[in-house]
Amino acid sequence: MGLLTKKDAGLILDPLADNNPITIQVLGICSALAITAELEASVVMAISVIFVLGVGNVVISLMRNIIPSKIRIIVQLIVVATLVIIVDQVLKAFAYELSKTLGAFVGLIITNCIIMGRFEAFALANGPWKSFLDGIGNALGYGVILILVGFFRELLGSGTLFGVPVLGDPIEKTGLYATGYENNGFMIIPPAALIVVGIIIWVQRSRNPALVEEN
Amino acid sequence: MHELKMKYQGKKMAPAFNAFHTFLYSPNETTHAGGTHVKGADDLKRTMNTVIMALVPILLFSMFNAGYQHFSAINGFPENFSVMEHFLTWDNFWIGIVKVLPLVVVSYGIGLIVEFIFAVIKGHEVEEGYLVTGMLVPLIVPVDTPLWMLAVAVVFGVVIGKEVFGGTGMNILNPALTIRAFLFFAYPTWMSGDKVWVHGAVDLAGGPDAISGETVLGFLAQNKEFQYSVSDMFFGFIPGSVGETSAFLCLLGGLFLIFSKIASWRIMVSAVIGSLVMGLVFNQVVELGWIGETSKFYGLMSFDFWKHLIVGGLAFGIVYMATDPVTGAQTNRGKWIYGFLIGFISVMIRVFNPAYPEGVFLAILLMNVFAPTIDHYVIRGNVNRRMKRLKNAVILPKDSDGKAEELKAETV
Repeated sequence: MGLLTKKDAGLILDPLADNNPITIQVLGICSALAITAELEASVVMAISVIFVLGVGNVVISLMRNIIPSKIRIIVQLIVVATLVIIVDQVLKAFAYELSKTLGAFVGLIITNCIIMGRFEAFALANGPWKSFLDGIGNALGYGVILILVGFFRELLGSGTLFGVPVLGDPIEKTGLYATGYENNGFMIIPPAALIVVGIIIWVQRSRNPALVEEN
Repeated sequence: MHELKMKYQGKKMAPAFNAFHTFLYSPNETTHAGGTHVKGADDLKRTMNTVIMALVPILLFSMFNAGYQHFSAINGFPENFSVMEHFLTWDNFWIGIVKVLPLVVVSYGIGLIVEFIFAVIKGHEVEEGYLVTGMLVPLIVPVDTPLWMLAVAVVFGVVIGKEVFGGTGMNILNPALTIRAFLFFAYPTWMSGDKVWVHGAVDLAGGPDAISGETVLGFLAQNKEFQYSVSDMFFGFIPGSVGETSAFLCLLGGLFLIFSKIASWRIMVSAVIGSLVMGLVFNQVVELGWIGETSKFYGLMSFDFWKHLIVGGLAFGIVYMATDPVTGAQTNRGKWIYGFLIGFISVMIRVFNPAYPEGVFLAILLMNVFAPTIDHYVIRGNVNRRMKRLKNAVILPKDSDGKAEELKAETV
């Protein structure tokens, strides 16, 4: 980490674990529930959010002194919307099938609470470099959880990873399926993501009791 | 044992050991000498055991029924059916031992392991809460449910349905129904359709000896005729989940629970009323000719309203699931509302979702979630009524401040 001072490194690393946007701040849950049934979609979503939040934070940070505070939400929305449209167009051009599965959720990155949250809480008060690191860090923290949830849901729900069967063929009854194993249909439906995220939060909190709030 | 207990006191495994100890022996602690003590004989373990006693006849019946349905599906239903000759036979019972008993063993084994692990982690006593759940679970699943699926579901149900909320007495949802719901959504092919209700139907499917075990509700949902008589349905000689078929035994169990004051009669009665009302409404819709015979709802809607109680899991759910004292409503008025809505919604789901005619467990889970809200408003209503009464109450002036004379003078 020769490039980064210790404080800067913290901006990237903190959101990965102890200040994770999904499991600790509980932001961006909606998309985490909707698109994590497949690992591939989770990865693409994570990359899109990393792009949007990283670039968006820099743009907002550069403009932070000229945005009138009364209309700052509108300005922020325009910035996110522009970036999201770029992502959407790129996906449609180069990964059309995937953009169909993600459907409205790419567009809904605009409403992802993490993005507006970081603009408001960080980019409006910090310089571009720090904002960039903060954006990347938070988006990575979001992406890590997304990929983790996507991994378990696709493995248990469909028996595949990135669409590749890893547990054998459920119709031909090969591999694990020969023993009578069956895919867990519960993992495909969105409520399962809520439970998987809940379990991740549970594990994280029991490993680090400092995160548990006082009642 | 008592000495061993002292030896292990304070150790990590103490809760696990204590559980065995109190299960086998009565505890050796006595209340201390000072003060007055109130002792109740009906502790949690006693309550649980009473419910289990009410479930034993159903378990035995279901073991016979598993065999009866299996052989009837293969050989055809016997003419001149007699209970002794065709139902209470060793062949039938043997199928029950082979198919139903393992479900019970897995349910208890896995569930208690989870309970023990959590007791050791949390460092308090093993709770008896699982005793009833462990008995209910095998009775509400289809007979051919693979054992590993049951095990996965039990782990899920006990951990997510109960332990994360803090264990017995803290859970929002009925753990047995959480397990059932998990199985239904995770492995729908094993939980619905016309193959799973009779032992052997899944294995024989597609072959020359294929047999079908459609439930009564399944027939109705497809607008088909079925050959079961009302007494078959009432006494439970029909296919269905392991222990849900006999409305008669549920009725006996329910009476037993009411007279031993374990379960709430308010919930049971109001749930019966609720399902009858909903059934009547649907019957009326058919009578008025609002839907034709070709409608996909016709079969279930025209089904006599009172028969809803004797098919499917409605009777079992009302008696053993809805009355769970932890997840149900607590106030008396709340129990009426809670029970009524369970019956009402159960029949509604049955009729409007022909793909999945058994709505009882969903209705009860839904009302489990609403039970605290119902209680809240019942209590608020009570408080408001009393506040109003207080406001309107005439506070008579005391004699001493002289106003009493004025008042008397005015009234005279």
